[in-house]
Amino acid sequence: MKKFLALALAAAMSLSLVACGGGNTSTPAASGNSPAAGSGSDVSTPAPAGNGDFKVGAIYITSQNDVAGYTFQHHNGITTAMKDLGMDPATQLLIVDKVDEDYDAVCSAIDILANQGANVIFGISFGYIDAMNDKAGDYPEICFSHGTGYLGNETNFNNYFGRIYQARYLAGIAAGMKSWEIGNPAVGYVAAYNTEYAETCSGINAFALGVQSANPEATVYVKKINIWGDENLERQAAQALIDTYNCGVISQHCDSAQPQLVAQENGVFGCGYNSDMTEQAPNAHITAAIWHWNVYYQTAIEAAMACDGDASQFVDKMGGNAYYAGLAEGFVDASPLNEAVAAPGTKDAMEQVRQMMVDGEWDVFTGVKLSYIISDDGELEVVKTEADLVDTNGTVIVPAGGPSVDDGVIKGSMDYNVAGVMEG
Amino acid sequence: MNDPINVLTLFLFNIVLVNIPLLYGTVGEIVVEKAGSLDLGVEGTMAVGAMFGYLAGCAANSVMVGLLVSFIAAGLCGLLFAALTVSLQANQNVTGLTITTFGLGLYFFIGKGLGERWPAMTGSQSLVKGFAALEIPGLSKLPVIGKALFSHNVLVYLGVAVAILVWWYLNFTKTGLRLRAVGENPGAADSVGVNTLLYKYIHLIGGSGIMGLGGFYMALYMGGSFEGSNCWINGYGWIAIALVIFANWNPVLSILGTLVFGFFNTLQIYAGSLAGAFPGPLGWLSAIPPHLYKALPFLITAIVLVASSIHKREGSGQPAALGLNYFREER
Repeated sequence: MKKFLALALAAAMSLSLVACGGGNTSTPAASGNSPAAGSGSDVSTPAPAGNGDFKVGAIYITSQNDVAGYTFQHHNGITTAMKDLGMDPATQLLIVDKVDEDYDAVCSAIDILANQGANVIFGISFGYIDAMNDKAGDYPEICFSHGTGYLGNETNFNNYFGRIYQARYLAGIAAGMKSWEIGNPAVGYVAAYNTEYAETCSGINAFALGVQSANPEATVYVKKINIWGDENLERQAAQALIDTYNCGVISQHCDSAQPQLVAQENGVFGCGYNSDMTEQAPNAHITAAIWHWNVYYQTAIEAAMACDGDASQFVDKMGGNAYYAGLAEGFVDASPLNEAVAAPGTKDAMEQVRQMMVDGEWDVFTGVKLSYIISDDGELEVVKTEADLVDTNGTVIVPAGGPSVDDGVIKGSMDYNVAGVMEG
Repeated sequence: MNDPINVLTLFLFNIVLVNIPLLYGTVGEIVVEKAGSLDLGVEGTMAVGAMFGYLAGCAANSVMVGLLVSFIAAGLCGLLFAALTVSLQANQNVTGLTITTFGLGLYFFIGKGLGERWPAMTGSQSLVKGFAALEIPGLSKLPVIGKALFSHNVLVYLGVAVAILVWWYLNFTKTGLRLRAVGENPGAADSVGVNTLLYKYIHLIGGSGIMGLGGFYMALYMGGSFEGSNCWINGYGWIAIALVIFANWNPVLSILGTLVFGFFNTLQIYAGSLAGAFPGPLGWLSAIPPHLYKALPFLITAIVLVASSIHKREGSGQPAALGLNYFREER
């Protein structure tokens, strides 16, 4: 009897292990849905007619129940966009989560969503690229949209990413102003990676240029942890930047708020990423470069709905197969400034430079450098100076006065740091 | 740029500060394994200890309460493991993995699933103070090693004390001897009147409790922040299992093991700073692929494992009955 019981328990446990290992699929609870009814949305966009049957599919790299991090940002963006469109995420959003960047896993996730009737499928992680590219051909009746990628076709498959470097530059201004105010030219940056990915090094470069615009003597010390998210290493790296380089401001390209917490514990300052981290570190955090993913998701879902069953029009409706928007579209931004911590003049400088980028009058990776003059009556003026944009080896990337480097470089092939960045 | 000696000192200091949870995990696992049980649930047990210890410590604003609760909560994981494997004869490997899954699940459920915002550690002054450095008079004034070894928080010293105490207990007390007998040959121990059931239960609970203290340490080190998506323990529990082998089931050697693993763990972060501080002798560090640092400790463990199995006559510390369930009626 005892043996039988033990056997049964062991079997139950091993089953539970297997059950925990697989990806979770959440299926819509019922098909009878009521668009916009009591969805709690403040934005009163009228529900487009006949969207009750429209199904949005999403493939996530980690759990849909995360409360922070990459998947959380996207899930939040999709649900916000759906609510704003008068859709009900509980019944109209189909999710397959915890999908590794593995070709077969992504293909089967797409099959699941297709079988459940998804009209548009979003894949949020870079490594989904090949599977989405192939499956877009297999399911011509579904719109496919791939985050952070570079592939697309002429009909039903596009990719999307944002000019986060513009927001990084704004955060850099705030960091530079602070480093000038406290008289400490050492600025730290906890990075997941650096020159291995254009996404990371373009962010570091834009941040460093922003810092230099406010404090020309500043050096940005980069410590990379070689993993996208590891709170323990993020903490260690931030502490090491403060301890060994005496950094007075800490920025980051990693998931958690640990670098900001460390900054606060050490009485220094910081600029976060992905979400406004002032809540976690009110005495340290100045501003963060953030995404408004819902801006894209709303555009894409509207375009997919406008296809009216003919997914081949999706790319046309999106105006091309590569969506790359920035401050102007509200896709990226700097989080509200923590004015209790920010140095004087920060708000003015950030707002003016932000407006210049929104108007398309100036951009980060050009042969024009910015600096600021504060007049006696406290008015801040942004000064443009033509100067070479050079990398750490002294190679000229953009000659003085030259136009911005190509979007393709910023998105895909940038593999250098600008002068003033030191990896250590 | 900082003074090179200072960089070196900070490097050594961080090796100790960041990696002490490994020591708790390893010593706890040694106690468990010496009772003949292979508990693969270290990661989950530490997570449970971390979560409950931290919340209780915050609520009571007391490090002592945090320590006690983390010990008890993790001890309950040990009790569960003992009930399943000792009384109900479940497979130890599967049960251990289940404890890991269960513990991490519980951690995430309480930490995030409930949708509550848990208190930040800064809200509990006594936790902050309890984790602040406690300088040992005299010794902490020594150059380099004074800061690196003798200016740590009280839990670092406690970890070392626990390791030494467990070593003494295992090797120099009568109950320790009996415990080892239970792990080597429970049938023989049973036949001379040792209550194997009781020994297993007590040491599985106690060993798991020690792991829980490491979890509590980690919670304090991370500042009690639940942000991000990975657990505070972050794989340290698994490394602890490897460290048991590295230390050859000797709690005192596990101190050394912790420092060796910690060396590579911290080197990932400090390689650049060290290369900058000592461009001549250590400049090559910045050229090493960082992933190597993650792999090296395990490579060393594999070598130790091979070496110790070659020199079996020297007496491997591995208990002979490790991983085997003992069922009296089949004796």
